[in-house]
Amino acid sequence: MIMPMTIRAIKKSEPSRLKAATIRIGAIILALITSSIFILLLDLNPANVYMKMVQGAFGTAYRARETIIKAIPLVITSLGIAIAFRMQFWNIGGEGQIAMGAFAASFVALNMSDMSKPILLLLMILAAMLVGGLWALIPAFFKAQWGTNETIVTLMMNYIGLKWIMYLQYGPWRDPNSLGFPKIANFTENAILPKLMGVHIGWIFALLLVAAVYIFLNHTKKGYEIAVIGESINTARYAGINIKRTILIAILLSGGLCGLVGMIQASGVNSTLSVEVTGGVGYTAIITAWLASLSAPVILVVSILFAALLEGGSYIQTVFGIPESAALILQGIILFFVLGSEFFVQYKFILVKNQNSVKKEVV
Amino acid sequence: MKNNYISMQNISKSFGKVVANKNINLTVHQGEIHALLGENGAGKSTLMSMLSGVYTPDGGSIFVKDKEVRFAAPKDAINAGIGMIYQHFKLIDVLTAKENIILGQKNGLFLNQRALTERIREMSARFGLDIDPDKKVYDMSVGEKQTLEILKVLHRGAEILILDEPTAVLTPQETEKLFKIMNRMKEEGCAVIFITHKMNEVMEVADRITVLRKGETVETVHKNSTNPKHLTELMMGCAVDLSIKRIETEKSKVAMEVKDLIAYNDEGVKVLKELSFSIYAGEILGVAGIAGGGQKELCEAIAGLQPVKQGEIIFEEENLVGKSPSEIIAKGVSMSFIPEDRLGMGLVASMDIVNNIVLKLYQRQKGFFINRKPAEQKSLEIVKRLDIQTPGINHPVRMLSGGNIQKVLLGRELDSKPQVLITAYPVRGLDINSCHTIYDILNEEKQKGVAVLYIGEDLDVLLELCDRIMVMCAGEITGIVDARNTTKEEIGLMMVGAVNSDIKEELS
Repeated sequence: MIMPMTIRAIKKSEPSRLKAATIRIGAIILALITSSIFILLLDLNPANVYMKMVQGAFGTAYRARETIIKAIPLVITSLGIAIAFRMQFWNIGGEGQIAMGAFAASFVALNMSDMSKPILLLLMILAAMLVGGLWALIPAFFKAQWGTNETIVTLMMNYIGLKWIMYLQYGPWRDPNSLGFPKIANFTENAILPKLMGVHIGWIFALLLVAAVYIFLNHTKKGYEIAVIGESINTARYAGINIKRTILIAILLSGGLCGLVGMIQASGVNSTLSVEVTGGVGYTAIITAWLASLSAPVILVVSILFAALLEGGSYIQTVFGIPESAALILQGIILFFVLGSEFFVQYKFILVKNQNSVKKEVV
Repeated sequence: MKNNYISMQNISKSFGKVVANKNINLTVHQGEIHALLGENGAGKSTLMSMLSGVYTPDGGSIFVKDKEVRFAAPKDAINAGIGMIYQHFKLIDVLTAKENIILGQKNGLFLNQRALTERIREMSARFGLDIDPDKKVYDMSVGEKQTLEILKVLHRGAEILILDEPTAVLTPQETEKLFKIMNRMKEEGCAVIFITHKMNEVMEVADRITVLRKGETVETVHKNSTNPKHLTELMMGCAVDLSIKRIETEKSKVAMEVKDLIAYNDEGVKVLKELSFSIYAGEILGVAGIAGGGQKELCEAIAGLQPVKQGEIIFEEENLVGKSPSEIIAKGVSMSFIPEDRLGMGLVASMDIVNNIVLKLYQRQKGFFINRKPAEQKSLEIVKRLDIQTPGINHPVRMLSGGNIQKVLLGRELDSKPQVLITAYPVRGLDINSCHTIYDILNEEKQKGVAVLYIGEDLDVLLELCDRIMVMCAGEITGIVDARNTTKEEIGLMMVGAVNSDIKEELS
């Protein structure tokens, strides 16, 4: 007699690292195979397209630099978000914090442009980190004081921040020399981040911050307290941790890093302030931070790969003359598989025989 | 053979390298209460998780009414008439009893409210369950919640009920009630499997007893042919002494003095009413009282976690009231509280032992960075001293068994070398051997001159272990008596509010 079979998902007890890595790599291979089908439908050679994607991201020194420039804001924002997420404080307000950081940096750049370059840049960095941090501190304060939901408040404050920039761009800060175009004046030369090896020095900041955040989260008292609060508020209370203060410090840091991204993008990439300064990084960084399981060194790797995916995607558009949406579909498929593989790291499927015979007995 | 309800044969299960069950055999008859007895980590819960479909066995077979079954999910087990009541209740707080009962069951789009209420009433009456179908879960006491859990599985057609250490969270009165329900179920022809490590409960309620040790079946015995001593020996694998030692020390200086302590809770209810007492160095002061009588608030007030309205807590000629919890810890006052669900306070479940030990060490370290080296050393010591069963000190505490989790917590608190050690329900849910390890440790601390405030549930233990017993009732001290010349009855009376006038005079 053939027993009817069903498939059930069962939670794994504790996946080993090797197994988890195998599943994740398997997911990428599967993603490439699935994308191949799509590419074949477009009448192109998948191997060729993949090669061009890699070339588009790292093929020449110029393209590699472009990829790095895309990766820098992702790395730093992910680090900032990771600090908050470690504490299970769901800071999805990266966009707003980046925008406000950029605003503060631009304020300094536009009003104190006659200062010497190092001092001006330093002031811009400090202002950006402070304002980005304070922007994040508002929801943190509400949470620490009255237990409000930080997810909603940080999200809402993104819109306030971005609309504030838009107001400045269309209103008081509009450059009179731009012939009526809604644009804020370009920064003067001494407000622009210098370059090293062809890329603005934001990449050095990013590398230093990866190391700093790694040490902070894993080897300092505050980093430890943040993790304890994230796991159990009650335990933190019994251990005598000052919960309110720790929340505020962690979120000040989290927002401060996002604010720094605003400064780097405005100064190093755009040389001006505009609503496009965030480029959606505040949201994308949530994905990269999660994919990296909130670990600073892994964030570096994931962010570069993510930036490569974006750059490679736009390169194949021009090479093969395919529309942007086709490139986006490829990116989407790859992301879908990689994120989906996390489920298989946690769960396994088993085949089971149905228990109809038993059911009849008892009912 | 009809009455062979459940038969588990040669069941094996391992988790990674840890063998939890090894060729276990268990047969449960219709209309019997079968106790599953064993120390923490003996494999009781694992075995029952397989019977209720949470885990699938690696080897062996399960028969329900002589039919072999294979459960892939709890649903299969429920369909086979097996219902499990967990220690941690699986109820939705904001729903009523009735809503919790029907939750997750397939019963059409519409609900016949009246018929359901009728059915619940009828079942309640049949099994002697006392439950109001329209009461919200958050209004229920622990005992009521448990009754509701039982009703829930019965409503799903369970004829075999598994209770996982059901009395660990109950008051003596609630326990009595539960035993009545269990006996009633037995009369109705159900089978009850009762996981426990409390000997007196086994002797009171069980018909047959299966003893597990280190993942293996030791023996199945009839109640009438055994006694607590014999069972303990089966459980431990050797003869043990069950009496608790009380070490005599010279009464010395006052370690901590509490004066007219008054505190209110968040709702503005007065929870501590002018408490005044002293703890001496080198004594164990027991605190007895019905749960919710202000014990938790007293602990938290001393530890600086509960705001104090009025009064003083004098320690080393300084008033602790108004100091922050970390300052109080730094001064040498340690407080550990094992909550009813045994989780959540004091330990970080997903972190390993080292990182949990660090929790009370790092604040004394200087500078910005954290040094885990001393904690690693301490972890090894604590694991060895308290005989904690773990694959290693870098193992998440969440993966340890309940008793071992508790040992990690206590080990850490004792390690901070406190001068005043407040410990609330430290043996909650522990097996005999672990209990005695903990009593020994408390005695050791006492001998070193530590003042121990011991909040306990078991009056027998309080009488044997403590020097003096302070009884609390509704936030008041109803008496402080010498444990050597008092009785359970005297304490019992004070627990319900009869003020011991002699003692009061002595105090003032």
